[in-house]
Amino acid sequence: MLVFEKNALSEDIEEFILKFGAERSALLPILQSVQRKHKYVSDFAQQEIARLMNIHPVEVYSVISFYSFLHSNPQGRNIVRLCQTISCDMAGKIAVADAIKRELGINFGETTKDKRITLEYTNCVGMCDQGPAMIVNERVFTKLDPEKAVKILSEIK
Amino acid sequence: METIIKKTQRTGPVIFSEYTRGKAVRKAIEIGRNDILFELKDSGLKGRGGAGFPTATKWMLSAAANGEKKYIVCNADEGEPGTFKDRVLLLEYPELIFDGMVIAGFTIGAKEGIVYLRGEYEYMLKSLEDYLEEMRKDNLLGKNILGKDGFDFDITIRLGSGAYVCGEETALIESLEGNRGEPRNRPPYPVNTGFMGYPTVVNNVETLAVVPHIVLKGGGWFKQHGTDKSTGSKLFSVSGDCARPGVYELPWGIKISELLFIVRAENTKAVQIGGASGVCIPKSQFDRAFAYEDIATGGSIMIFNESRNMLKVLKNFMEFFVEESCGQCTPCRIGNLKLLEGVNKIESGDFTFGYINTLKELGKTMQVASKCGLGQSSPNPFISILENFKEEIFNSKNRNGGSNGKAR
Ligand SMILES: Cc1cc2nc3c(=O)[nH]c(=O)nc-3n(C[C@H](O)[C@H](O)[C@H](O)COP(=O)(O)O)c2cc1C
Ligand code: SF4
Ligand code: FES
Repeated sequence: MLVFEKNALSEDIEEFILKFGAERSALLPILQSVQRKHKYVSDFAQQEIARLMNIHPVEVYSVISFYSFLHSNPQGRNIVRLCQTISCDMAGKIAVADAIKRELGINFGETTKDKRITLEYTNCVGMCDQGPAMIVNERVFTKLDPEKAVKILSEIK
Repeated sequence: METIIKKTQRTGPVIFSEYTRGKAVRKAIEIGRNDILFELKDSGLKGRGGAGFPTATKWMLSAAANGEKKYIVCNADEGEPGTFKDRVLLLEYPELIFDGMVIAGFTIGAKEGIVYLRGEYEYMLKSLEDYLEEMRKDNLLGKNILGKDGFDFDITIRLGSGAYVCGEETALIESLEGNRGEPRNRPPYPVNTGFMGYPTVVNNVETLAVVPHIVLKGGGWFKQHGTDKSTGSKLFSVSGDCARPGVYELPWGIKISELLFIVRAENTKAVQIGGASGVCIPKSQFDRAFAYEDIATGGSIMIFNESRNMLKVLKNFMEFFVEESCGQCTPCRIGNLKLLEGVNKIESGDFTFGYINTLKELGKTMQVASKCGLGQSSPNPFISILENFKEEIFNSKNRNGGSNGKAR
Protein backbone atom coordinates (compact mmCIF):
# COMPACT_ATOMS: atom_id res chain seq x y z
CA MET A 1 0.00 0.00 0.00
CA LEU A 2 1.36 3.43 -0.89
CA VAL A 3 2.02 5.96 1.84
CA PHE A 4 -0.70 8.37 0.73
CA GLU A 5 -3.21 5.53 0.55
CA LYS A 6 -2.33 4.58 4.10
CA ASN A 7 -2.77 8.17 5.21
CA ALA A 8 -6.15 8.41 3.50
CA LEU A 9 -7.28 5.17 5.13
CA SER A 10 -6.10 6.35 8.55
CA GLU A 11 -8.05 9.55 8.08
CA ASP A 12 -11.17 7.58 7.16
CA ILE A 13 -10.82 5.43 10.24
CA GLU A 14 -10.33 8.44 12.50
CA GLU A 15 -13.43 9.98 11.01
CA PHE A 16 -15.48 6.82 11.60
CA ILE A 17 -14.29 6.63 15.20
CA LEU A 18 -15.22 10.26 15.70
CA LYS A 19 -18.68 9.45 14.34
CA PHE A 20 -19.38 6.16 16.16
CA GLY A 21 -17.12 6.44 19.21
CA ALA A 22 -14.19 4.35 20.40
CA GLU A 23 -16.14 1.98 22.66
CA ARG A 24 -16.20 -1.67 21.78
CA SER A 25 -19.88 -1.49 20.79
CA ALA A 26 -18.87 0.83 17.94
CA LEU A 27 -16.63 -1.80 16.37
CA LEU A 28 -19.15 -3.22 13.93
CA PRO A 29 -20.38 0.12 12.54
CA ILE A 30 -16.72 1.14 12.08
CA LEU A 31 -15.81 -2.09 10.30
CA GLN A 32 -18.94 -1.81 8.16
CA SER A 33 -18.00 1.74 7.17
CA VAL A 34 -14.47 0.72 6.15
CA GLN A 35 -15.89 -2.27 4.29
CA ARG A 36 -18.42 -0.11 2.45
CA LYS A 37 -15.84 2.41 1.32
CA HIS A 38 -12.82 0.18 0.63
CA LYS A 39 -14.56 -3.15 -0.03
CA TYR A 40 -12.36 -4.87 2.56
CA VAL A 41 -10.67 -4.25 5.89
CA SER A 42 -6.95 -4.56 5.24
CA ASP A 43 -4.31 -5.67 7.77
CA PHE A 44 -3.26 -2.07 8.08
CA ALA A 45 -6.86 -0.93 8.68
CA GLN A 46 -7.28 -3.64 11.32
CA GLN A 47 -4.16 -2.45 13.13
CA GLU A 48 -5.25 1.18 12.99
CA ILE A 49 -8.71 0.35 14.33
CA ALA A 50 -7.21 -1.78 17.10
CA ARG A 51 -4.75 0.96 18.04
CA LEU A 52 -7.37 3.71 18.15
CA MET A 53 -9.89 1.57 20.03
CA ASN A 54 -7.28 0.19 22.36
CA ILE A 55 -7.98 -3.48 21.65
CA HIS A 56 -5.79 -6.25 20.23
CA PRO A 57 -5.67 -6.55 16.40
CA VAL A 58 -6.55 -10.23 16.76
CA GLU A 59 -9.87 -9.17 18.31
CA VAL A 60 -10.62 -7.06 15.26
CA TYR A 61 -9.69 -9.88 12.92
CA SER A 62 -11.78 -12.39 14.85
CA VAL A 63 -14.85 -10.20 14.49
CA ILE A 64 -14.27 -9.67 10.76
CA SER A 65 -13.87 -13.38 10.17
CA PHE A 66 -17.22 -14.12 11.83
CA TYR A 67 -19.41 -12.01 9.52
CA SER A 68 -19.88 -13.03 5.92
CA PHE A 69 -20.28 -9.42 4.73
CA LEU A 70 -16.92 -8.32 6.19
CA HIS A 71 -13.74 -9.21 4.31
CA SER A 72 -10.09 -9.13 5.28
CA ASN A 73 -8.77 -9.53 1.75
CA PRO A 74 -9.32 -7.37 -1.34
CA GLN A 75 -12.63 -7.70 -3.20
CA GLY A 76 -13.87 -6.34 -6.48
CA ARG A 77 -15.30 -2.83 -6.70
CA ASN A 78 -18.78 -4.34 -6.65
CA ILE A 79 -19.91 -7.32 -4.63
CA VAL A 80 -22.68 -9.36 -6.21
CA ARG A 81 -24.53 -11.84 -4.02
CA LEU A 82 -27.00 -14.25 -5.58
CA CYS A 83 -29.48 -15.92 -3.23
CA GLN A 84 -28.92 -19.68 -3.17
CA THR A 85 -31.80 -20.64 -0.87
CA ILE A 86 -34.66 -22.91 -1.88
CA SER A 87 -37.40 -20.48 -2.99
CA CYS A 88 -35.00 -18.69 -5.32
CA ASP A 89 -33.65 -22.06 -6.40
CA MET A 90 -37.15 -23.17 -7.41
CA ALA A 91 -37.69 -19.88 -9.22
CA GLY A 92 -34.74 -20.44 -11.53
CA LYS A 93 -31.54 -19.61 -9.65
CA ILE A 94 -29.39 -22.11 -11.51
CA ALA A 95 -30.08 -20.67 -14.95
CA VAL A 96 -29.29 -17.19 -13.62
CA ALA A 97 -26.10 -18.40 -11.92
CA ASP A 98 -24.90 -20.15 -15.07
CA ALA A 99 -25.55 -17.09 -17.22
CA ILE A 100 -23.64 -14.82 -14.81
CA LYS A 101 -20.70 -17.22 -14.63
CA ARG A 102 -20.49 -17.45 -18.43
CA GLU A 103 -20.76 -13.74 -18.93
CA LEU A 104 -18.18 -12.76 -16.30
CA GLY A 105 -15.93 -15.74 -16.94
CA ILE A 106 -15.58 -16.50 -13.23
CA ASN A 107 -17.01 -18.85 -10.67
CA PHE A 108 -18.78 -18.01 -7.45
CA GLY A 109 -16.22 -16.96 -4.85
CA GLU A 110 -14.06 -15.28 -7.48
CA THR A 111 -13.32 -11.75 -8.68
CA THR A 112 -13.09 -10.62 -12.31
CA LYS A 113 -9.57 -9.80 -13.54
CA ASP A 114 -10.43 -6.12 -13.94
CA LYS A 115 -11.55 -6.11 -10.27
CA ARG A 116 -14.98 -4.92 -11.33
CA ILE A 117 -17.06 -7.66 -9.71
CA THR A 118 -16.73 -10.19 -6.91
CA LEU A 119 -19.34 -12.93 -7.27
CA GLU A 120 -20.74 -14.73 -4.24
CA TYR A 121 -23.62 -16.85 -3.16
CA THR A 122 -25.60 -15.75 -0.12
CA ASN A 123 -28.47 -17.21 1.88
CA CYS A 124 -32.10 -16.05 1.77
CA VAL A 125 -32.23 -12.27 1.39
CA GLY A 126 -35.92 -11.90 2.25
CA MET A 127 -37.20 -11.60 -1.34
CA CYS A 128 -38.49 -15.15 -1.65
CA ASP A 129 -41.82 -14.02 -3.12
CA GLN A 130 -39.94 -12.35 -5.98
CA GLY A 131 -37.05 -14.70 -6.69
CA PRO A 132 -34.54 -15.28 -8.04
CA ALA A 133 -33.00 -12.39 -6.12
CA MET A 134 -29.54 -10.87 -5.84
CA ILE A 135 -27.91 -8.03 -3.98
CA VAL A 136 -25.43 -5.80 -5.76
CA ASN A 137 -23.51 -3.86 -3.09
CA GLU A 138 -26.59 -2.87 -1.11
CA ARG A 139 -29.20 -2.75 -3.87
CA VAL A 140 -31.63 -5.60 -4.34
CA PHE A 141 -32.74 -6.98 -7.69
CA THR A 142 -35.61 -9.42 -7.98
CA LYS A 143 -37.48 -11.60 -10.47
CA LEU A 144 -34.25 -12.22 -12.30
CA ASP A 145 -33.88 -14.23 -15.43
CA PRO A 146 -30.56 -14.91 -17.16
CA GLU A 147 -30.89 -11.98 -19.55
CA LYS A 148 -32.01 -9.49 -16.93
CA ALA A 149 -29.27 -10.49 -14.48
CA VAL A 150 -26.53 -10.17 -17.08
CA LYS A 151 -27.85 -6.80 -18.19
CA ILE A 152 -27.83 -5.47 -14.61
CA LEU A 153 -24.26 -6.60 -14.13
CA SER A 154 -23.13 -5.12 -17.44
CA GLU A 155 -24.34 -1.72 -16.30
CA ILE A 156 -22.34 -1.47 -13.09
CA LYS A 157 -18.96 0.25 -13.24
CA MET B 1 -48.89 -11.97 -14.65
CA GLU B 2 -48.41 -11.83 -10.90
CA THR B 3 -48.56 -8.42 -9.39
CA ILE B 4 -46.75 -7.12 -6.38
CA ILE B 5 -49.20 -6.12 -3.69
CA LYS B 6 -49.21 -2.46 -2.61
CA LYS B 7 -49.84 -1.21 0.92
CA THR B 8 -53.24 0.20 0.00
CA GLN B 9 -54.33 -3.24 -1.18
CA ARG B 10 -53.29 -5.03 1.97
CA THR B 11 -56.06 -6.04 4.31
CA GLY B 12 -56.02 -7.87 7.58
CA PRO B 13 -57.79 -7.98 10.93
CA VAL B 14 -55.02 -6.45 13.07
CA ILE B 15 -51.70 -5.36 11.59
CA PHE B 16 -53.03 -4.37 8.19
CA SER B 17 -55.98 -2.50 9.69
CA GLU B 18 -55.94 1.28 9.71
CA TYR B 19 -53.52 3.16 11.92
CA THR B 20 -52.20 6.72 12.17
CA ARG B 21 -48.74 7.44 13.48
CA GLY B 22 -48.63 8.51 17.12
CA LYS B 23 -52.21 7.60 17.94
CA ALA B 24 -51.39 4.65 20.20
CA VAL B 25 -48.51 6.52 21.85
CA ARG B 26 -50.96 9.27 22.87
CA LYS B 27 -53.34 6.67 24.23
CA ALA B 28 -50.50 4.88 26.05
CA ILE B 29 -49.58 8.08 27.88
CA GLU B 30 -53.22 8.57 28.80
CA ILE B 31 -53.83 5.13 30.24
CA GLY B 32 -50.40 4.59 31.81
CA ARG B 33 -48.05 1.64 32.31
CA ASN B 34 -50.28 -0.64 34.33
CA ASP B 35 -53.15 -0.48 31.90
CA ILE B 36 -50.85 -1.08 28.95
CA LEU B 37 -49.48 -4.19 30.65
CA PHE B 38 -52.99 -5.26 31.55
CA GLU B 39 -54.25 -5.01 27.96
CA LEU B 40 -51.15 -6.73 26.67
CA LYS B 41 -51.58 -9.58 29.12
CA ASP B 42 -55.26 -9.81 28.36
CA SER B 43 -54.53 -9.95 24.63
CA GLY B 44 -52.45 -13.12 25.04
CA LEU B 45 -49.94 -11.77 22.50
CA LYS B 46 -46.97 -14.10 22.04
CA GLY B 47 -43.68 -13.26 20.37
CA ARG B 48 -43.88 -13.45 16.59
CA GLY B 49 -40.17 -14.15 16.07
CA GLY B 50 -40.69 -17.88 16.35
CA ALA B 51 -40.24 -18.81 20.01
CA GLY B 52 -43.69 -17.57 21.05
CA PHE B 53 -42.83 -16.19 24.49
CA PRO B 54 -45.69 -14.15 26.03
CA THR B 55 -44.91 -10.49 25.35
CA ALA B 56 -46.59 -9.12 28.49
CA THR B 57 -44.48 -11.41 30.69
CA LYS B 58 -41.29 -10.30 28.95
CA TRP B 59 -42.20 -6.63 29.43
CA MET B 60 -43.20 -7.14 33.08
CA LEU B 61 -39.93 -8.91 33.87
CA SER B 62 -37.84 -6.14 32.39
CA ALA B 63 -40.04 -3.44 33.96
CA ALA B 64 -39.40 -5.07 37.33
CA ALA B 65 -35.66 -5.61 36.73
CA ASN B 66 -33.18 -3.28 38.39
CA GLY B 67 -30.96 -1.23 36.12
CA GLU B 68 -29.99 2.41 35.78
CA LYS B 69 -30.64 2.03 32.07
CA LYS B 70 -32.91 -0.23 30.03
CA TYR B 71 -33.10 -0.98 26.34
CA ILE B 72 -35.69 -1.92 23.76
CA VAL B 73 -34.27 -3.92 20.87
CA CYS B 74 -36.24 -4.54 17.71
CA ASN B 75 -35.07 -7.76 16.12
CA ALA B 76 -35.10 -7.01 12.38
CA ASP B 77 -32.57 -9.68 11.48
CA GLU B 78 -35.17 -11.71 9.55
CA GLY B 79 -32.86 -14.45 8.35
CA GLU B 80 -35.03 -17.55 8.44
CA PRO B 81 -35.28 -18.85 4.86
CA GLY B 82 -38.67 -18.07 3.39
CA THR B 83 -39.46 -15.21 5.76
CA PHE B 84 -40.00 -11.70 4.43
CA LYS B 85 -42.93 -10.28 6.42
CA ASP B 86 -40.64 -8.02 8.46
CA ARG B 87 -39.39 -6.58 5.18
CA VAL B 88 -42.95 -5.55 4.33
CA LEU B 89 -43.50 -4.07 7.79
CA LEU B 90 -40.22 -2.14 7.69
CA LEU B 91 -40.89 -0.78 4.22
CA GLU B 92 -44.60 -0.06 4.51
CA TYR B 93 -45.52 0.10 8.21
CA PRO B 94 -42.62 1.79 10.06
CA GLU B 95 -45.21 3.77 12.09
CA LEU B 96 -46.39 0.56 13.75
CA ILE B 97 -42.91 -0.77 14.57
CA PHE B 98 -41.53 2.49 15.89
CA ASP B 99 -44.67 3.42 17.86
CA GLY B 100 -44.51 -0.10 19.31
CA MET B 101 -40.94 0.55 20.42
CA VAL B 102 -41.85 3.93 21.94
CA ILE B 103 -44.70 2.31 23.88
CA ALA B 104 -42.38 -0.48 25.03
CA GLY B 105 -39.88 2.14 26.22
CA PHE B 106 -42.59 4.03 28.08
CA THR B 107 -43.87 0.86 29.71
CA ILE B 108 -40.61 -0.61 30.98
CA GLY B 109 -38.82 2.69 31.53
CA ALA B 110 -36.25 2.51 28.73
CA LYS B 111 -34.93 5.62 27.06
CA GLU B 112 -33.10 3.99 24.18
CA GLY B 113 -34.29 1.74 21.41
CA ILE B 114 -32.13 -0.08 18.91
CA VAL B 115 -33.24 -1.66 15.66
CA TYR B 116 -30.93 -4.50 14.58
CA LEU B 117 -31.46 -4.48 10.83
CA ARG B 118 -29.97 -7.35 8.85
CA GLY B 119 -27.18 -6.28 6.49
CA GLU B 120 -29.21 -7.57 3.54
CA TYR B 121 -31.76 -4.83 4.28
CA GLU B 122 -29.27 -1.98 4.15
CA TYR B 123 -31.23 -0.59 1.21
CA MET B 124 -33.99 0.38 3.67
CA LEU B 125 -31.69 2.26 6.01
CA LYS B 126 -32.12 5.69 4.46
CA SER B 127 -35.92 5.62 4.41
CA LEU B 128 -36.08 4.30 7.98
CA GLU B 129 -33.71 7.00 9.25
CA ASP B 130 -35.73 9.65 7.43
CA TYR B 131 -38.84 8.30 9.10
CA LEU B 132 -37.22 8.53 12.54
CA GLU B 133 -36.28 12.13 11.76
CA GLU B 134 -39.93 12.91 10.98
CA MET B 135 -40.95 11.36 14.27
CA ARG B 136 -38.44 13.57 16.10
CA LYS B 137 -39.98 16.62 14.43
CA ASP B 138 -43.41 15.51 15.61
CA ASN B 139 -42.08 14.99 19.15
CA LEU B 140 -42.84 11.28 18.91
CA LEU B 141 -39.18 10.71 19.69
CA GLY B 142 -36.81 12.79 21.76
CA LYS B 143 -37.41 14.53 25.05
CA ASN B 144 -40.75 14.86 26.87
CA ILE B 145 -42.57 12.94 24.15
CA LEU B 146 -45.97 14.45 23.30
CA GLY B 147 -45.53 16.82 26.22
CA LYS B 148 -45.26 14.07 28.82
CA ASP B 149 -42.70 15.21 31.40
CA GLY B 150 -39.71 12.91 31.65
CA PHE B 151 -40.84 10.61 28.83
CA ASP B 152 -37.66 10.54 26.77
CA PHE B 153 -37.00 7.94 24.11
CA ASP B 154 -35.00 7.72 20.92
CA ILE B 155 -34.20 5.03 18.39
CA THR B 156 -31.00 4.18 16.54
CA ILE B 157 -30.56 1.64 13.77
CA ARG B 158 -27.67 -0.79 13.70
CA LEU B 159 -26.83 -3.05 10.79
CA GLY B 160 -26.00 -6.74 10.83
CA SER B 161 -23.35 -8.16 8.53
CA GLY B 162 -24.64 -11.38 7.08
CA ALA B 163 -24.95 -13.92 9.90
CA TYR B 164 -28.21 -15.81 10.39
CA VAL B 165 -27.38 -16.75 13.98
CA CYS B 166 -27.37 -13.06 14.97
CA GLY B 167 -31.17 -13.26 14.92
CA GLU B 168 -30.90 -15.31 18.12
CA GLU B 169 -31.38 -12.70 20.80
CA THR B 170 -28.20 -13.26 22.82
CA ALA B 171 -26.07 -13.49 19.65
CA LEU B 172 -27.73 -10.26 18.53
CA ILE B 173 -26.69 -8.59 21.77
CA GLU B 174 -23.12 -9.88 21.37
CA SER B 175 -23.11 -8.39 17.88
CA LEU B 176 -24.43 -5.04 19.15
CA GLU B 177 -21.65 -5.04 21.72
CA GLY B 178 -19.04 -5.37 18.97
CA ASN B 179 -18.31 -9.08 19.25
CA ARG B 180 -18.63 -12.20 17.16
CA GLY B 181 -22.33 -13.10 17.08
CA GLU B 182 -22.06 -16.19 19.23
CA PRO B 183 -25.09 -17.10 21.36
CA ARG B 184 -24.66 -16.92 25.13
CA ASN B 185 -25.79 -19.42 27.71
CA ARG B 186 -29.23 -18.63 29.07
CA PRO B 187 -29.98 -17.79 31.86
CA PRO B 188 -29.28 -15.00 32.44
CA TYR B 189 -31.94 -13.75 30.09
CA PRO B 190 -31.79 -10.39 28.30
CA VAL B 191 -34.72 -9.08 30.38
CA ASN B 192 -32.23 -8.97 33.29
CA THR B 193 -28.82 -8.97 31.67
CA GLY B 194 -29.05 -7.74 28.12
CA PHE B 195 -27.27 -5.08 26.07
CA MET B 196 -24.18 -3.88 28.00
CA GLY B 197 -25.50 -5.86 30.95
CA TYR B 198 -28.67 -3.78 31.28
CA PRO B 199 -32.26 -5.10 31.26
CA THR B 200 -33.30 -5.41 27.62
CA VAL B 201 -36.48 -6.34 25.84
CA VAL B 202 -35.80 -8.03 22.51
CA ASN B 203 -38.89 -8.26 20.35
CA ASN B 204 -39.51 -9.25 16.79
CA VAL B 205 -40.60 -6.57 14.30
CA GLU B 206 -44.07 -8.07 13.98
CA THR B 207 -44.60 -8.35 17.74
CA LEU B 208 -43.86 -4.64 18.13
CA ALA B 209 -46.10 -3.80 15.17
CA VAL B 210 -49.07 -5.46 16.89
CA VAL B 211 -48.66 -3.49 20.11
CA PRO B 212 -50.11 -0.13 18.94
CA HIS B 213 -53.29 -1.87 17.80
CA ILE B 214 -53.69 -3.62 21.16
CA VAL B 215 -53.11 -0.39 23.08
CA LEU B 216 -55.71 1.40 20.96
CA LYS B 217 -58.39 -1.25 20.73
CA GLY B 218 -57.72 -3.40 23.76
CA GLY B 219 -56.73 -6.98 24.52
CA GLY B 220 -60.37 -8.13 24.34
CA TRP B 221 -60.68 -6.93 20.76
CA PHE B 222 -57.45 -8.66 19.78
CA LYS B 223 -58.60 -11.94 21.31
CA GLN B 224 -61.66 -12.01 19.10
CA HIS B 225 -59.34 -13.15 16.33
CA GLY B 226 -57.60 -16.49 16.34
CA THR B 227 -58.14 -19.40 18.74
CA ASP B 228 -58.26 -19.64 22.53
CA LYS B 229 -54.60 -20.52 22.84
CA SER B 230 -53.38 -18.61 19.80
CA THR B 231 -54.91 -15.18 19.95
CA GLY B 232 -54.93 -12.61 17.18
CA SER B 233 -53.55 -12.87 13.68
CA LYS B 234 -50.24 -13.78 12.14
CA LEU B 235 -48.31 -12.62 9.12
CA PHE B 236 -47.42 -15.42 6.74
CA SER B 237 -44.62 -15.14 4.19
CA VAL B 238 -45.63 -17.39 1.35
CA SER B 239 -43.26 -18.46 -1.42
CA GLY B 240 -42.60 -21.38 -3.70
CA ASP B 241 -45.11 -23.12 -5.96
CA CYS B 242 -48.22 -20.94 -5.94
CA ALA B 243 -49.76 -18.26 -8.13
CA ARG B 244 -49.87 -15.59 -5.44
CA PRO B 245 -46.76 -15.51 -3.28
CA GLY B 246 -46.50 -12.68 -0.78
CA VAL B 247 -47.34 -11.61 2.76
CA TYR B 248 -50.77 -12.46 4.17
CA GLU B 249 -52.32 -11.53 7.49
CA LEU B 250 -54.55 -14.40 8.62
CA PRO B 251 -56.10 -15.39 11.92
CA TRP B 252 -54.36 -18.12 13.89
CA GLY B 253 -56.12 -21.45 13.54
CA ILE B 254 -56.40 -21.35 9.78
CA LYS B 255 -55.75 -24.70 8.12
CA ILE B 256 -52.89 -25.44 5.75
CA SER B 257 -55.39 -26.35 3.03
CA GLU B 258 -57.19 -23.02 3.48
CA LEU B 259 -53.97 -21.09 3.11
CA LEU B 260 -53.04 -23.08 0.02
CA PHE B 261 -56.39 -22.16 -1.50
CA ILE B 262 -55.93 -18.45 -0.75
CA VAL B 263 -52.52 -18.33 -2.39
CA ARG B 264 -53.67 -20.45 -5.35
CA ALA B 265 -51.32 -23.35 -4.89
CA GLU B 266 -51.99 -26.38 -7.08
CA ASN B 267 -50.71 -29.96 -7.03
CA THR B 268 -49.07 -29.28 -3.71
CA LYS B 269 -47.02 -32.15 -2.36
CA ALA B 270 -45.48 -30.58 0.72
CA VAL B 271 -45.35 -27.41 2.75
CA GLN B 272 -42.28 -26.41 4.73
CA ILE B 273 -43.50 -24.45 7.75
CA GLY B 274 -41.19 -22.29 9.83
CA GLY B 275 -38.34 -22.02 7.37
CA ALA B 276 -35.28 -24.22 7.18
CA SER B 277 -35.53 -24.86 10.91
CA GLY B 278 -39.21 -25.77 10.67
CA VAL B 279 -40.98 -28.94 9.68
CA CYS B 280 -42.07 -30.37 6.35
CA ILE B 281 -45.72 -31.35 6.21
CA PRO B 282 -47.01 -33.80 3.57
CA LYS B 283 -50.35 -33.60 1.78
CA SER B 284 -51.97 -36.15 4.12
CA GLN B 285 -51.73 -33.58 6.96
CA PHE B 286 -52.98 -30.47 5.16
CA ASP B 287 -55.99 -30.28 7.48
CA ARG B 288 -53.71 -29.33 10.35
CA ALA B 289 -53.83 -25.77 11.61
CA PHE B 290 -51.38 -22.92 12.11
CA ALA B 291 -51.58 -22.35 15.87
CA TYR B 292 -49.40 -22.69 18.94
CA GLU B 293 -51.45 -25.77 19.86
CA ASP B 294 -50.84 -27.44 16.50
CA ILE B 295 -48.15 -26.13 14.17
CA ALA B 296 -46.54 -23.04 15.71
CA THR B 297 -44.59 -20.90 13.29
CA GLY B 298 -42.83 -17.60 12.69
CA GLY B 299 -44.76 -17.57 9.43
CA SER B 300 -42.42 -18.88 6.75
CA ILE B 301 -44.43 -21.00 4.32
CA MET B 302 -42.64 -22.62 1.40
CA ILE B 303 -44.76 -24.59 -1.00
CA PHE B 304 -43.56 -27.55 -3.06
CA ASN B 305 -45.60 -29.08 -5.86
CA GLU B 306 -45.49 -32.62 -7.23
CA SER B 307 -42.55 -31.88 -9.51
CA ARG B 308 -40.15 -31.09 -6.69
CA ASN B 309 -37.46 -33.39 -5.41
CA MET B 310 -37.68 -33.39 -1.62
CA LEU B 311 -34.15 -34.70 -1.13
CA LYS B 312 -32.83 -31.68 -3.02
CA VAL B 313 -34.95 -29.44 -0.80
CA LEU B 314 -33.47 -31.11 2.28
CA LYS B 315 -29.95 -30.75 0.89
CA ASN B 316 -30.49 -27.01 0.40
CA PHE B 317 -31.57 -26.66 4.05
CA MET B 318 -28.67 -28.70 5.42
CA GLU B 319 -26.17 -26.69 3.39
CA PHE B 320 -27.71 -23.60 4.94
CA PHE B 321 -27.14 -24.87 8.48
CA VAL B 322 -23.60 -26.03 7.82
CA GLU B 323 -22.81 -22.51 6.60
CA GLU B 324 -24.65 -20.66 9.33
CA SER B 325 -23.68 -22.69 12.42
CA CYS B 326 -21.51 -20.41 14.53
CA GLY B 327 -19.32 -23.38 15.39
CA GLN B 328 -19.32 -22.69 19.10
CA CYS B 329 -20.67 -26.05 20.23
CA THR B 330 -19.88 -29.51 18.91
CA PRO B 331 -23.36 -31.07 18.43
CA CYS B 332 -24.27 -28.32 15.97
CA ARG B 333 -20.88 -27.78 14.31
CA ILE B 334 -20.20 -31.45 13.64
CA GLY B 335 -23.80 -32.69 13.66
CA ASN B 336 -24.94 -30.55 10.74
CA LEU B 337 -21.93 -31.66 8.69
CA LYS B 338 -22.80 -35.30 9.39
CA LEU B 339 -26.44 -34.79 8.42
CA LEU B 340 -25.43 -33.09 5.17
CA GLU B 341 -23.00 -35.91 4.45
CA GLY B 342 -25.90 -38.30 5.00
CA VAL B 343 -28.06 -36.43 2.48
CA ASN B 344 -25.24 -36.59 -0.06
CA LYS B 345 -24.88 -40.31 0.50
CA ILE B 346 -28.59 -40.89 0.01
CA GLU B 347 -28.35 -38.83 -3.15
CA SER B 348 -25.62 -41.03 -4.55
CA GLY B 349 -27.33 -44.20 -3.33
CA ASP B 350 -24.45 -45.01 -1.01
CA PHE B 351 -26.25 -45.73 2.28
CA THR B 352 -27.74 -48.37 4.55
CA PHE B 353 -30.90 -47.95 6.59
CA GLY B 354 -28.88 -48.60 9.72
CA TYR B 355 -26.79 -45.56 8.88
CA ILE B 356 -29.89 -43.41 8.26
CA ASN B 357 -31.31 -44.42 11.64
CA THR B 358 -28.04 -43.53 13.33
CA LEU B 359 -28.23 -40.10 11.71
CA LYS B 360 -31.80 -39.63 12.93
CA GLU B 361 -30.60 -40.48 16.43
CA LEU B 362 -27.80 -37.96 16.01
CA GLY B 363 -30.43 -35.40 15.02
CA LYS B 364 -32.36 -36.09 18.21
CA THR B 365 -29.18 -35.66 20.25
CA MET B 366 -28.54 -32.31 18.54
CA GLN B 367 -32.05 -31.19 19.47
CA VAL B 368 -31.27 -31.57 23.16
CA ALA B 369 -27.51 -31.02 23.32
CA SER B 370 -27.03 -27.89 21.17
CA LYS B 371 -26.47 -24.57 22.89
CA CYS B 372 -28.96 -22.46 20.94
CA GLY B 373 -32.05 -22.75 18.79
CA LEU B 374 -30.06 -23.11 15.59
CA GLY B 375 -28.58 -26.49 16.45
CA GLN B 376 -31.68 -27.49 18.38
CA SER B 377 -33.89 -27.07 15.32
CA SER B 378 -31.61 -27.77 12.36
CA PRO B 379 -32.36 -31.54 12.54
CA ASN B 380 -36.12 -30.80 12.11
CA PRO B 381 -36.17 -30.83 8.29
CA PHE B 382 -33.82 -33.83 8.21
CA ILE B 383 -36.08 -35.86 10.44
CA SER B 384 -39.40 -34.70 8.98
CA ILE B 385 -38.46 -34.90 5.31
CA LEU B 386 -36.88 -38.36 5.56
CA GLU B 387 -39.87 -39.58 7.57
CA ASN B 388 -42.68 -38.00 5.54
CA PHE B 389 -41.20 -38.58 2.09
CA LYS B 390 -39.46 -41.91 2.55
CA GLU B 391 -41.33 -43.47 -0.36
CA GLU B 392 -40.08 -40.85 -2.76
CA ILE B 393 -36.57 -40.72 -1.35
CA PHE B 394 -35.79 -44.38 -0.74
CA ASN B 395 -37.90 -46.13 -3.35
CA SER B 396 -35.98 -45.56 -6.55
CA LYS B 397 -39.06 -46.08 -8.75
CA ASN B 398 -40.56 -43.00 -7.23
CA ARG B 399 -37.53 -40.79 -7.71
CA ASN B 400 -38.48 -37.87 -9.87
CA GLY B 401 -36.86 -38.44 -13.19
CA GLY B 402 -34.16 -40.37 -11.41
CA SER B 403 -32.60 -37.06 -10.44
CA ASN B 404 -31.89 -38.30 -6.94
CA GLY B 405 -29.03 -40.29 -8.37
CA LYS B 406 -28.30 -43.96 -8.81
CA ALA B 407 -31.06 -46.39 -8.11
CA ARG B 408 -30.23 -49.18 -5.72
C1 LIG C 1 -30.89 -19.21 15.03
C2 LIG C 1 -31.98 -18.26 15.45
C3 LIG C 1 -32.33 -17.21 14.61
C4 LIG C 1 -33.33 -16.32 15.00
N1 LIG C 1 -33.64 -15.31 14.14
C5 LIG C 1 -34.60 -14.42 14.50
C6 LIG C 1 -34.92 -13.34 13.65
O1 LIG C 1 -34.36 -13.19 12.57
N2 LIG C 1 -35.89 -12.47 14.06
C7 LIG C 1 -36.52 -12.62 15.26
O2 LIG C 1 -37.36 -11.80 15.59
N3 LIG C 1 -36.24 -13.63 16.08
C8 LIG C 1 -35.29 -14.52 15.74
N4 LIG C 1 -34.99 -15.54 16.61
C9 LIG C 1 -35.69 -15.60 17.91
C10 LIG C 1 -35.03 -14.67 18.91
O3 LIG C 1 -34.02 -15.36 19.61
C11 LIG C 1 -36.02 -14.14 19.96
O4 LIG C 1 -36.71 -15.21 20.49
C12 LIG C 1 -37.02 -13.15 19.41
O5 LIG C 1 -36.37 -12.08 18.79
C13 LIG C 1 -37.88 -12.63 20.54
O6 LIG C 1 -38.86 -11.76 20.05
P1 LIG C 1 -40.42 -12.09 20.16
O7 LIG C 1 -40.67 -12.57 21.56
O8 LIG C 1 -41.08 -10.81 19.86
O9 LIG C 1 -40.68 -13.16 19.16
C14 LIG C 1 -34.00 -16.47 16.23
C15 LIG C 1 -33.66 -17.53 17.06
C16 LIG C 1 -32.67 -18.42 16.68
C17 LIG C 1 -32.34 -19.55 17.59
S1 SF4 D 1 -26.18 -24.52 18.38
FE1 SF4 D 1 -24.92 -23.98 16.59
S2 SF4 D 1 -25.31 -21.82 16.26
FE2 SF4 D 1 -26.02 -22.30 18.34
S3 SF4 D 1 -24.27 -21.89 19.67
FE3 SF4 D 1 -24.08 -24.05 19.08
S4 SF4 D 1 -22.78 -24.00 17.24
FE4 SF4 D 1 -23.50 -21.91 17.56
S1 FES E 1 -35.01 -17.82 -0.90
FE1 FES E 1 -34.00 -16.30 -2.07
S2 FES E 1 -34.69 -14.51 -1.10
FE2 FES E 1 -35.51 -16.04 0.22
